[in-house]
Amino acid sequence: MTTPEIAQPRSSTRSRSLKGGGRNRSGQTNFELYGWLFMRLSGLALVVLVLGHLFVNLMLGDGINALDFGFVAGKWANPLWQVWDLLMLWLAMLHGTNGMRTIINDYAEKDQTRFWLKSLLITASVVIVVLGTLVIFTFDPCLDPNSTLSVCK
Amino acid sequence: MDVKVKILRYNPEVTEDAEWVTYAVTLQPTDRVLDALHKIKWEQDGTLTFRRSCAHGVCGSDAMRINGRNRLACKTLIKDLNPDREITVEPIKGLPVLKDLVVDMEPFFDAYRSVMPFLVTDGHEPSRERIQSQADRERFDDTTKCILCAACTTSCPVFWSDGQYFGPQAIVGAHRFIFDSRDEGTEQRLEILNDKEGVWRCRTTFNCTDACPRGIEVTKAIQEVKRALIFRRV
Repeated sequence: MTTPEIAQPRSSTRSRSLKGGGRNRSGQTNFELYGWLFMRLSGLALVVLVLGHLFVNLMLGDGINALDFGFVAGKWANPLWQVWDLLMLWLAMLHGTNGMRTIINDYAEKDQTRFWLKSLLITASVVIVVLGTLVIFTFDPCLDPNSTLSVCK
Repeated sequence: MDVKVKILRYNPEVTEDAEWVTYAVTLQPTDRVLDALHKIKWEQDGTLTFRRSCAHGVCGSDAMRINGRNRLACKTLIKDLNPDREITVEPIKGLPVLKDLVVDMEPFFDAYRSVMPFLVTDGHEPSRERIQSQADRERFDDTTKCILCAACTTSCPVFWSDGQYFGPQAIVGAHRFIFDSRDEGTEQRLEILNDKEGVWRCRTTFNCTDACPRGIEVTKAIQEVKRALIFRRV
């Protein structure tokens, strides 16, 4: 009796060939692993950062009534809040972008659609992150010469 | 009792589209959906096509979508389905339908084969059996129960939209060997599942755990594989 021949495991276009075996086969990276881990860790960090942000801005002192350009400038004069807001911006943007990337991978069926949606997503994210970072470090409440804010007088 | 069974019929030799056909059958409340299908096939319409082999929940041939949930027809009692209303029966989703309730299982088996569902060892064969402690056996006990019925994989929304995803079953199949102390192919299997279409596509919706007719905690098994990948330790 001959042994039945078992078909090779599917060795498709995506370098799933088993011949290399073991780790670090070409084309295989840990990208999805790190992406998954990042979502969990950034999510945890964001819970603290966002709730802290809301508490300080909306509850402490005069609460929401104290919010104006002057308040924001005062906060960003302190390196703690610069770092806090920078972390919040970057983590939230990367977290959201990765989430959208996942959704695009799940639901966009054509390679073309996937490519364009992801291009759009990455462009938008980069623009927002760069712009946001710039604002955090160069914020000037008195940019408008006719400003009536008390800090500008 | 009189029950209405609504079945999604499809015959590519007759029409392009699948259509719902309702059959009235007289059944006992303790009959199973499989008995209803048998009655229809044997007494009303012999063209009704479905798979079943053992008919007792062991072979995994008759997974189908019953009232919108993946179940084995041979393990689902009529009385548990609210028989006052129509009972709907469809083929499992995400695999190509060949006829009526029969789907092409090949993509599903392909995914299973690719995780190497067999013992991998190095060196000489021992002269006696490979000893394993009860505690070591317990670690993968749950995933040995799989009967390859595809109820989990075809209940997974990620698999519906992306057939390249390995699917819960293949990960269960890999889990059974990854956590087996006698096996030495762990690194290889973990690396296969570290693929873009591997465990990281799982969204933990728990559909697979709900669907499993063997009560395997499928989502938990997938999470254990993720953890093994992150810490590189089984």
